[in-house]
Amino acid sequence: MATVIERVTKVVVDRLGVDESEVKAEASFREDLGADSLDVVELVMELEDEFDMEISDEDAEKIATVGDAISYIEGKIS
Amino acid sequence: MGKLNGKTAVVTGASRGIGRAIALQLAAEGANVVVNYSGSEQKAAEVVEEIQNLGVQAVAVQANISEAESVQQLMNAALEQFGSIDILVNNAGITRDNLLMRMKEEEWDDVMNTNLKGVFLCTKAVTRQMMKQRAGRIINISSIVGVMGNAGQANYVAAKAGVIGLTKTSAKELASRNILVNAIAPGFITTEMTDALTEDLKNAMLAQIPLAKLGQPEDIAKAVVFLASDDANYITGQTIHIDGGMYM
Repeated sequence: MATVIERVTKVVVDRLGVDESEVKAEASFREDLGADSLDVVELVMELEDEFDMEISDEDAEKIATVGDAISYIEGKIS
Repeated sequence: MGKLNGKTAVVTGASRGIGRAIALQLAAEGANVVVNYSGSEQKAAEVVEEIQNLGVQAVAVQANISEAESVQQLMNAALEQFGSIDILVNNAGITRDNLLMRMKEEEWDDVMNTNLKGVFLCTKAVTRQMMKQRAGRIINISSIVGVMGNAGQANYVAAKAGVIGLTKTSAKELASRNILVNAIAPGFITTEMTDALTEDLKNAMLAQIPLAKLGQPEDIAKAVVFLASDDANYITGQTIHIDGGMYM
């Protein structure tokens, strides 16, 4: 079973078309990974599907970096 | 073979008038149709039966489009039934006519909630699915009065003008995901809504229409089919006026 980090990384790589080495915890989706605002919305949608959870709009707004996404998801599933 | 074979369409307010004609025309081109209605259960069932007679699938779903939860249930029902939503037609609308000075806050709110907020809620609710599909068509039914104004319809006019602005903004936001959003602004079309007008008023209207006749619901429905089809792949953010030349 892949870890949360691996699964998030895969979603980010697939969605944003970036190299896996760029997907670091501190990487900002918009500033470092070239996502526009709609990309971020889509990314959150795909994370919801991947982890079978609902991420509210309020929570989604706080997810700016890869690390934000990982810690949010880990907090939800543990 | 129709132009919309295998597509799924959701038509709000599809039990009567223009919405009914749109639902039938989409079905005639091969689309499966979710017939949304608010109160006319019997009429919606009749539309479903007519569509099924055309050899495609249809289901009637009751929903109040001015409530987010109800809208979500409508779209969930569509997805459960057909697995995709390719076409959304925001058609449902009501009138509560009154002179500005006599218009009650409630009359304003009712019309805004159904005719404008309803379009926002339905659009928002299908966007997720259409973004995933990387394809979708949203067709909003505005009105000629939304661009020309009309005495006694401040609420309706404001809402229908709002629909045009919402159409342009949704078109810009969603274009990169291949979701095309357009509006149609019907003029005077023969429906229960225009049957309610007095003869004098109708004659006054006719005098302003270059083609000198009222339109038929099918005139609108055929344009919806066009905008929903591959023939309209390069059209987004537009308002098509179908009014016998009344507004130019």
